[in-house]
Amino acid sequence: MKAPTFSYVKPLTIEACLELLDSHGEDAQIIAGGQSLMPLLNLRLAAPAVLIDITDIPTLKGIIQDAGYVKIGALERHADIASSVTVQQALPLLVDAAPHIAHVAIREQGTIGGSLALADPAAEWPACCLALNAEIELISKRGTRHVAAEDFFQGIYETARQPDELLAAVRFPVGTENDDTVHLFDEIARRRGDFAIAGLALTCRRGGAVLTGVRLALFGVADRPVLAKGSMAAMEGYELDDRIAEAAVAALSAELNPPDDPAYPSGYRRRVACVILKRALAKLLPEQLHAT
Amino acid sequence: MQPETHIQISTTVNGERVKAEVPVRLNLVDFLRHTIGLTGAHVGCEAGACGACTILVDGRLTRGCLTLAVQADNKNIETIEGADASGRIAGLQKAFHRLNALQCGYCTPAMLLAAAELLRQNPKPSREEVREWISGNFCRCTGYQSIVDAVLDAAHSEEAS
Repeated sequence: MKAPTFSYVKPLTIEACLELLDSHGEDAQIIAGGQSLMPLLNLRLAAPAVLIDITDIPTLKGIIQDAGYVKIGALERHADIASSVTVQQALPLLVDAAPHIAHVAIREQGTIGGSLALADPAAEWPACCLALNAEIELISKRGTRHVAAEDFFQGIYETARQPDELLAAVRFPVGTENDDTVHLFDEIARRRGDFAIAGLALTCRRGGAVLTGVRLALFGVADRPVLAKGSMAAMEGYELDDRIAEAAVAALSAELNPPDDPAYPSGYRRRVACVILKRALAKLLPEQLHAT
Repeated sequence: MQPETHIQISTTVNGERVKAEVPVRLNLVDFLRHTIGLTGAHVGCEAGACGACTILVDGRLTRGCLTLAVQADNKNIETIEGADASGRIAGLQKAFHRLNALQCGYCTPAMLLAAAELLRQNPKPSREEVREWISGNFCRCTGYQSIVDAVLDAAHSEEAS
């Protein structure tokens, strides 16, 4: 099907964009890569009166490491994030996550800003932001604010962004990335590129077999990405062995309550989440470390 | 700045400058097929999943159905017609022919462009890497094995030459 009628404008600065958001309000929709919005338009599930194309605003681009953060501009494409040397060195979790996002051509045009602003519960970047304690930068005529990922994702397609705010960037705290830092990403979907049935993003520090600073984010299992705090607690400060891994998986099973939907019943998503956590932790067991 | 419903664009398609006034709701694959007359890019799902509309925009594999024609302004578009004319996919085309990697041909232009981009980035892919790469291009006829065979065959021939 074809997109409905709308009008189109392409501001060249953030200020111009904010003026447009102000004057058109809820009639306007921002378009960047269009990889999520265009399907909605083509399927006539969305019908904004005005499209504001932000792809030529230069200050929304860039991947910069500075003062303890890596800041990724909203317009950065998924493929470019994955191939960025800065990201490969400082945020390797993102490199692991990227190949799971849709398909090659989608990754060449889709942007991280779009993914975060849309907040699909099965999306990869929001879960990575949770695991990495990222902050989302929102700009409006009222000023700039940073919202922690834990507070930003509020429901299905619901975020802390107000209608007059532009999602400008996301920044990730990076401390001392070293050999002790562990990152793991996994996702199960029926076919490569399909929406996840369940997925996880895990980061922690490992001293010997002891895990600390554990952050485990799950996606596809709720109306937003979730930190599995019970499971994290079951691992925090412990030496990882079969018993602790089992406890972590059991804790995950207890704290998840995925919604039932026509495609997958709640129990199935919970089971898939547990399976991928079990597989992920198996990769971290000491025997595995010595084997590699 | 006033939003508009029709916009003048200037774009390069297969090396040729094209100027046109386009309705803003027109997507790029429809622009290429109906306005320019390049029908090699095909329309399947219009939701980005099937990959039949895949073209190259500024050298990037792109879904023509998920791009607005106005977003092609000041960009370089390459379609299967351009890639064919350039000769750069001749090895792949021969391999596809030799190994029966097409039947109805609907997915084929996009498969060729995708495969060419894979071999440009990764000249010696494994079977698994080829399968992974073309997972965004659906084929209803061949069952994919012959397509993967053809891509690997073309890679091997490139390597040998």
